[in-house]
Amino acid sequence: MTDPFVLAGKSYRSRLIVGTGKYRDFAETKRAIDASGAEIVTVAVRRVNITDRTKENLLDVLDPAHYTILPNTAGCYTADEAIRTARLAREAGVGNLVKLEVIGDQKTLFPDVTATIAAAAVLVKEGFVVLPYITDDPIAAKKLEEIGCAAVMPLAAPIGSGLGIRNPFNIRIILEQSRVPVIVDAGVGTASDAAVAMELGCDAVLMNTAIAGAKDPILMAEAMRLGVDAGRKAFLAGRIPRKLYATASSPLEGMIE
Amino acid sequence: MNDYVLRVRVTINGEPQSLSEGLTLADLLRQLELDQRRIAVEVNREIVARELYTAHTLTDGDQIEIVQFVGGG
Repeated sequence: MTDPFVLAGKSYRSRLIVGTGKYRDFAETKRAIDASGAEIVTVAVRRVNITDRTKENLLDVLDPAHYTILPNTAGCYTADEAIRTARLAREAGVGNLVKLEVIGDQKTLFPDVTATIAAAAVLVKEGFVVLPYITDDPIAAKKLEEIGCAAVMPLAAPIGSGLGIRNPFNIRIILEQSRVPVIVDAGVGTASDAAVAMELGCDAVLMNTAIAGAKDPILMAEAMRLGVDAGRKAFLAGRIPRKLYATASSPLEGMIE
Repeated sequence: MNDYVLRVRVTINGEPQSLSEGLTLADLLRQLELDQRRIAVEVNREIVARELYTAHTLTDGDQIEIVQFVGGG
Protein backbone atom coordinates (compact mmCIF):
# COMPACT_ATOMS: atom_id res chain seq x y z
CA MET A 1 0.00 0.00 0.00
CA THR A 2 1.53 3.33 -1.03
CA ASP A 3 1.07 6.27 1.31
CA PRO A 4 -1.12 4.50 3.89
CA PHE A 5 -2.94 6.37 6.63
CA VAL A 6 -1.73 4.73 9.84
CA LEU A 7 -3.99 5.03 12.85
CA ALA A 8 -3.27 3.18 16.09
CA GLY A 9 -0.99 0.74 14.28
CA LYS A 10 -3.44 -0.11 11.51
CA SER A 11 -2.96 0.97 7.89
CA TYR A 12 -5.78 2.36 5.79
CA ARG A 13 -5.98 3.24 2.11
CA SER A 14 -8.63 5.88 2.64
CA ARG A 15 -8.01 9.16 4.43
CA LEU A 16 -11.70 9.95 4.59
CA ILE A 17 -13.57 8.99 7.75
CA VAL A 18 -17.33 9.28 7.52
CA GLY A 19 -20.23 9.47 9.91
CA THR A 20 -23.40 7.41 9.59
CA GLY A 21 -25.94 9.92 10.88
CA LYS A 22 -28.75 11.79 9.09
CA TYR A 23 -29.26 9.35 6.21
CA ARG A 24 -32.76 8.40 5.06
CA ASP A 25 -32.19 4.71 5.78
CA PHE A 26 -29.46 2.15 6.19
CA ALA A 27 -29.45 1.39 2.45
CA GLU A 28 -28.54 5.01 1.68
CA THR A 29 -25.96 4.98 4.49
CA LYS A 30 -24.30 1.95 2.96
CA ARG A 31 -24.31 3.36 -0.59
CA ALA A 32 -22.81 6.65 0.58
CA ILE A 33 -20.08 4.92 2.55
CA ASP A 34 -19.26 2.70 -0.42
CA ALA A 35 -19.02 5.76 -2.68
CA SER A 36 -16.80 7.56 -0.16
CA GLY A 37 -14.34 4.69 -0.01
CA ALA A 38 -14.12 5.17 3.77
CA GLU A 39 -12.79 2.30 5.84
CA ILE A 40 -13.43 3.94 9.20
CA VAL A 41 -16.99 4.93 10.08
CA THR A 42 -18.33 6.70 13.15
CA VAL A 43 -21.43 5.58 15.02
CA ALA A 44 -23.34 6.83 18.06
CA VAL A 45 -24.38 4.90 21.18
CA ARG A 46 -28.08 5.13 22.02
CA ARG A 47 -30.78 3.28 23.92
CA VAL A 48 -32.42 0.37 22.14
CA ASN A 49 -36.09 1.05 21.46
CA ILE A 50 -37.58 -1.80 23.48
CA THR A 51 -41.12 -1.27 22.22
CA ASP A 52 -40.18 -1.28 18.52
CA ARG A 53 -37.56 -3.90 17.90
CA THR A 54 -38.40 -4.55 14.27
CA LYS A 55 -35.71 -2.15 13.17
CA GLU A 56 -32.49 -3.39 11.63
CA ASN A 57 -29.25 -2.90 13.51
CA LEU A 58 -26.75 -0.53 11.88
CA LEU A 59 -24.06 -3.19 12.14
CA ASP A 60 -26.18 -5.43 9.90
CA VAL A 61 -25.25 -3.16 7.00
CA LEU A 62 -21.81 -2.11 8.27
CA ASP A 63 -20.04 -5.36 9.02
CA PRO A 64 -17.36 -4.70 11.68
CA ALA A 65 -15.22 -7.29 9.89
CA HIS A 66 -14.96 -4.92 6.92
CA TYR A 67 -15.10 -1.48 8.52
CA THR A 68 -13.33 -0.04 11.52
CA ILE A 69 -16.18 1.11 13.73
CA LEU A 70 -15.45 4.33 15.58
CA PRO A 71 -18.08 4.92 18.29
CA ASN A 72 -18.54 8.51 19.40
CA THR A 73 -19.63 10.10 22.65
CA ALA A 74 -21.79 12.67 20.86
CA GLY A 75 -24.35 14.39 23.01
CA CYS A 76 -22.28 14.10 26.19
CA TYR A 77 -21.83 17.32 28.15
CA THR A 78 -19.66 16.02 30.99
CA ALA A 79 -16.52 13.92 31.22
CA ASP A 80 -18.42 11.31 33.26
CA GLU A 81 -21.15 10.90 30.62
CA ALA A 82 -18.53 10.57 27.89
CA ILE A 83 -16.55 7.98 29.87
CA ARG A 84 -19.72 6.00 30.58
CA THR A 85 -20.70 6.07 26.90
CA ALA A 86 -17.21 4.99 25.80
CA ARG A 87 -17.27 2.04 28.18
CA LEU A 88 -20.67 0.94 26.86
CA ALA A 89 -19.42 1.26 23.30
CA ARG A 90 -16.45 -0.96 24.04
CA GLU A 91 -18.72 -3.49 25.71
CA ALA A 92 -20.82 -3.64 22.55
CA GLY A 93 -17.85 -5.38 21.04
CA VAL A 94 -16.35 -3.39 18.17
CA GLY A 95 -12.98 -2.61 19.72
CA ASN A 96 -11.21 0.03 21.74
CA LEU A 97 -11.55 3.07 19.53
CA VAL A 98 -13.53 6.06 20.71
CA LYS A 99 -14.19 9.42 19.14
CA LEU A 100 -14.26 11.45 22.32
CA GLU A 101 -16.65 14.39 22.27
CA VAL A 102 -17.50 16.38 25.35
CA ILE A 103 -19.70 19.22 24.21
CA GLY A 104 -19.57 22.55 26.00
CA ASP A 105 -22.42 24.48 24.42
CA GLN A 106 -25.66 23.54 22.64
CA LYS A 107 -25.61 26.35 20.12
CA THR A 108 -22.07 26.01 18.81
CA LEU A 109 -21.43 22.39 19.81
CA PHE A 110 -17.91 23.53 20.58
CA PRO A 111 -16.07 21.08 22.81
CA ASP A 112 -15.49 21.60 26.51
CA VAL A 113 -11.73 21.34 26.27
CA THR A 114 -10.98 20.89 29.99
CA ALA A 115 -13.60 18.15 30.30
CA THR A 116 -12.32 16.52 27.10
CA ILE A 117 -8.79 16.42 28.50
CA ALA A 118 -10.04 14.99 31.82
CA ALA A 119 -12.08 12.28 30.06
CA ALA A 120 -9.21 11.45 27.69
CA ALA A 121 -6.84 10.88 30.63
CA VAL A 122 -9.25 8.34 32.18
CA LEU A 123 -9.99 6.54 28.92
CA VAL A 124 -6.35 6.27 27.85
CA LYS A 125 -5.57 4.67 31.23
CA GLU A 126 -8.38 2.18 30.62
CA GLY A 127 -6.80 1.13 27.33
CA PHE A 128 -8.99 3.03 24.91
CA VAL A 129 -7.64 4.37 21.63
CA VAL A 130 -8.83 7.92 22.13
CA LEU A 131 -9.49 10.26 19.20
CA PRO A 132 -10.59 13.56 20.71
CA TYR A 133 -12.69 16.18 18.94
CA ILE A 134 -11.29 19.58 19.89
CA THR A 135 -11.22 23.19 18.86
CA ASP A 136 -8.33 24.23 16.62
CA ASP A 137 -6.29 25.00 19.72
CA PRO A 138 -2.63 23.94 19.54
CA ILE A 139 -2.28 23.91 23.34
CA ALA A 140 -5.23 21.56 23.80
CA ALA A 141 -3.90 19.39 20.97
CA LYS A 142 -0.50 19.21 22.66
CA LYS A 143 -1.99 18.25 26.02
CA LEU A 144 -4.14 15.53 24.48
CA GLU A 145 -1.15 14.11 22.64
CA GLU A 146 0.88 14.10 25.85
CA ILE A 147 -1.90 12.24 27.67
CA GLY A 148 -1.61 9.49 25.07
CA CYS A 149 -4.38 10.14 22.55
CA ALA A 150 -3.87 8.24 19.29
CA ALA A 151 -4.71 11.29 17.18
CA VAL A 152 -5.99 14.82 17.57
CA MET A 153 -9.10 15.97 15.74
CA PRO A 154 -9.38 19.75 15.53
CA LEU A 155 -12.59 21.12 14.04
CA ALA A 156 -12.55 23.05 10.77
CA ALA A 157 -15.69 24.93 11.85
CA PRO A 158 -18.74 24.14 14.04
CA ILE A 159 -20.30 20.70 13.56
CA GLY A 160 -22.71 20.68 10.63
CA SER A 161 -21.93 24.31 9.70
CA GLY A 162 -20.28 23.57 6.37
CA LEU A 163 -18.06 26.65 6.75
CA GLY A 164 -14.81 24.91 5.86
CA ILE A 165 -11.47 25.53 7.55
CA ARG A 166 -11.87 28.80 9.45
CA ASN A 167 -8.34 28.99 10.74
CA PRO A 168 -5.83 27.21 8.51
CA PHE A 169 -2.97 28.81 10.43
CA ASN A 170 -3.93 27.13 13.70
CA ILE A 171 -4.26 23.83 11.85
CA ARG A 172 -0.75 24.39 10.46
CA ILE A 173 0.64 24.98 13.95
CA ILE A 174 -1.08 21.82 15.21
CA LEU A 175 0.37 19.90 12.25
CA GLU A 176 3.85 21.24 12.86
CA GLN A 177 3.92 20.22 16.52
CA SER A 178 2.00 16.91 16.43
CA ARG A 179 3.57 13.49 16.32
CA VAL A 180 0.18 11.76 16.21
CA PRO A 181 -2.16 11.94 13.20
CA VAL A 182 -4.10 15.18 12.81
CA ILE A 183 -7.64 14.61 11.57
CA VAL A 184 -9.85 17.55 10.69
CA ASP A 185 -13.21 16.75 12.21
CA ALA A 186 -16.36 18.76 11.60
CA GLY A 187 -17.23 21.85 9.60
CA VAL A 188 -16.38 20.65 6.10
CA GLY A 189 -19.00 21.79 3.57
CA THR A 190 -17.86 20.59 0.20
CA ALA A 191 -15.08 18.75 -1.61
CA SER A 192 -12.75 21.76 -1.86
CA ASP A 193 -12.87 22.14 1.95
CA ALA A 194 -11.69 18.54 2.30
CA ALA A 195 -8.98 19.18 -0.29
CA VAL A 196 -7.79 22.26 1.63
CA ALA A 197 -7.48 20.21 4.82
CA MET A 198 -5.42 17.60 3.03
CA GLU A 199 -3.27 20.20 1.22
CA LEU A 200 -2.37 21.65 4.60
CA GLY A 201 -0.95 18.24 5.44
CA CYS A 202 -3.68 16.78 7.63
CA ASP A 203 -3.59 13.01 7.85
CA ALA A 204 -7.32 12.52 7.34
CA VAL A 205 -10.68 14.27 7.32
CA LEU A 206 -13.81 13.23 9.21
CA MET A 207 -17.25 14.37 8.08
CA ASN A 208 -20.91 13.46 8.19
CA THR A 209 -23.34 16.29 7.41
CA ALA A 210 -21.49 17.48 4.30
CA ILE A 211 -22.26 14.13 2.69
CA ALA A 212 -25.54 13.11 4.33
CA GLY A 213 -27.04 16.60 3.97
CA ALA A 214 -26.14 17.05 0.28
CA LYS A 215 -28.93 16.92 -2.30
CA ASP A 216 -27.31 13.79 -3.70
CA PRO A 217 -25.40 12.19 -0.81
CA ILE A 218 -23.98 9.37 -2.95
CA LEU A 219 -22.51 11.77 -5.50
CA MET A 220 -21.16 14.01 -2.73
CA ALA A 221 -19.56 11.00 -1.06
CA GLU A 222 -17.68 10.33 -4.28
CA ALA A 223 -16.76 14.02 -4.59
CA MET A 224 -15.35 13.94 -1.06
CA ARG A 225 -13.32 10.85 -1.85
CA LEU A 226 -11.82 12.62 -4.87
CA GLY A 227 -11.33 15.86 -2.92
CA VAL A 228 -9.42 14.09 -0.17
CA ASP A 229 -7.32 12.18 -2.72
CA ALA A 230 -6.59 15.32 -4.75
CA GLY A 231 -5.65 17.28 -1.64
CA ARG A 232 -3.38 14.53 -0.38
CA LYS A 233 -1.59 14.22 -3.74
CA ALA A 234 -1.17 18.00 -3.96
CA PHE A 235 0.32 18.02 -0.47
CA LEU A 236 2.77 15.26 -1.35
CA ALA A 237 3.62 16.92 -4.66
CA GLY A 238 4.47 20.19 -2.93
CA ARG A 239 2.71 23.27 -4.18
CA ILE A 240 4.49 26.25 -5.76
CA PRO A 241 5.02 29.29 -3.57
CA ARG A 242 2.51 32.10 -3.83
CA LYS A 243 3.94 35.12 -5.67
CA LEU A 244 2.55 38.57 -6.16
CA TYR A 245 3.55 38.96 -9.82
CA ALA A 246 3.34 36.82 -12.92
CA THR A 247 5.95 34.36 -14.13
CA ALA A 248 5.56 33.47 -17.82
CA SER A 249 4.88 29.83 -18.59
CA SER A 250 5.99 30.01 -22.24
CA PRO A 251 9.63 30.61 -23.27
CA LEU A 252 10.63 34.20 -23.94
CA GLU A 253 13.10 33.10 -26.63
CA GLY A 254 12.13 32.23 -30.20
CA MET A 255 9.36 34.76 -30.55
CA ILE A 256 8.51 35.61 -34.19
CA GLU A 257 9.52 39.06 -35.34
CA MET B 1 -52.37 -9.37 36.66
CA ASN B 2 -51.57 -12.84 37.88
CA ASP B 3 -51.43 -12.85 41.70
CA TYR B 4 -49.63 -16.16 41.83
CA VAL B 5 -46.50 -14.97 39.97
CA LEU B 6 -44.25 -12.66 41.95
CA ARG B 7 -43.20 -9.60 40.02
CA VAL B 8 -40.15 -7.38 40.20
CA ARG B 9 -40.37 -3.79 39.16
CA VAL B 10 -37.46 -2.50 37.09
CA THR B 11 -36.76 0.38 34.76
CA ILE B 12 -35.55 -0.44 31.25
CA ASN B 13 -34.23 2.49 29.24
CA GLY B 14 -36.24 4.86 31.38
CA GLU B 15 -39.51 2.89 31.09
CA PRO B 16 -40.99 1.20 34.17
CA GLN B 17 -41.49 -2.52 33.54
CA SER B 18 -42.77 -5.43 35.58
CA LEU B 19 -40.91 -8.72 35.19
CA SER B 20 -41.49 -12.16 36.65
CA GLU B 21 -39.28 -12.99 39.60
CA GLY B 22 -36.04 -14.82 39.02
CA LEU B 23 -35.61 -13.54 35.47
CA THR B 24 -31.98 -13.26 34.37
CA LEU B 25 -30.58 -10.64 32.07
CA ALA B 26 -30.20 -13.31 29.38
CA ASP B 27 -33.93 -14.18 29.77
CA LEU B 28 -34.89 -10.53 29.46
CA LEU B 29 -32.81 -9.99 26.32
CA ARG B 30 -34.37 -13.11 24.81
CA GLN B 31 -37.86 -11.78 25.63
CA LEU B 32 -36.96 -8.50 23.99
CA GLU B 33 -35.58 -10.38 20.96
CA LEU B 34 -32.27 -8.54 21.11
CA ASP B 35 -29.10 -9.83 19.51
CA GLN B 36 -26.67 -10.09 22.42
CA ARG B 37 -23.65 -9.52 20.18
CA ARG B 38 -24.83 -6.07 19.13
CA ILE B 39 -25.69 -4.42 22.43
CA ALA B 40 -24.24 -3.38 25.76
CA VAL B 41 -26.03 -3.48 29.10
CA GLU B 42 -25.74 -1.56 32.34
CA VAL B 43 -27.57 -2.51 35.51
CA ASN B 44 -27.57 0.23 38.13
CA ARG B 45 -24.84 2.04 36.20
CA GLU B 46 -22.50 -0.96 36.21
CA ILE B 47 -21.74 -2.64 32.90
CA VAL B 48 -22.64 -6.31 32.89
CA ALA B 49 -20.22 -8.34 30.76
CA ARG B 50 -21.90 -10.46 28.08
CA GLU B 51 -20.66 -13.72 29.59
CA LEU B 52 -22.46 -12.86 32.85
CA TYR B 53 -25.93 -12.32 31.33
CA THR B 54 -27.08 -15.84 32.18
CA ALA B 55 -25.88 -15.55 35.79
CA HIS B 56 -27.28 -12.08 36.43
CA THR B 57 -30.70 -12.25 38.09
CA LEU B 58 -32.71 -9.05 37.99
CA THR B 59 -34.03 -7.67 41.25
CA ASP B 60 -36.64 -5.15 42.33
CA GLY B 61 -35.68 -1.57 41.57
CA ASP B 62 -32.98 -2.39 39.00
CA GLN B 63 -32.24 0.40 36.56
CA ILE B 64 -31.36 -1.25 33.27
CA GLU B 65 -29.84 0.47 30.26
CA ILE B 66 -29.60 -1.39 26.97
CA VAL B 67 -27.76 0.42 24.20
CA GLN B 68 -26.74 -0.23 20.62
CA PHE B 69 -25.00 1.61 17.80
CA VAL B 70 -27.04 3.99 15.67
CA GLY B 71 -26.10 6.38 12.89
CA GLY B 72 -23.98 9.25 14.12
CA GLY B 73 -21.10 11.52 13.22
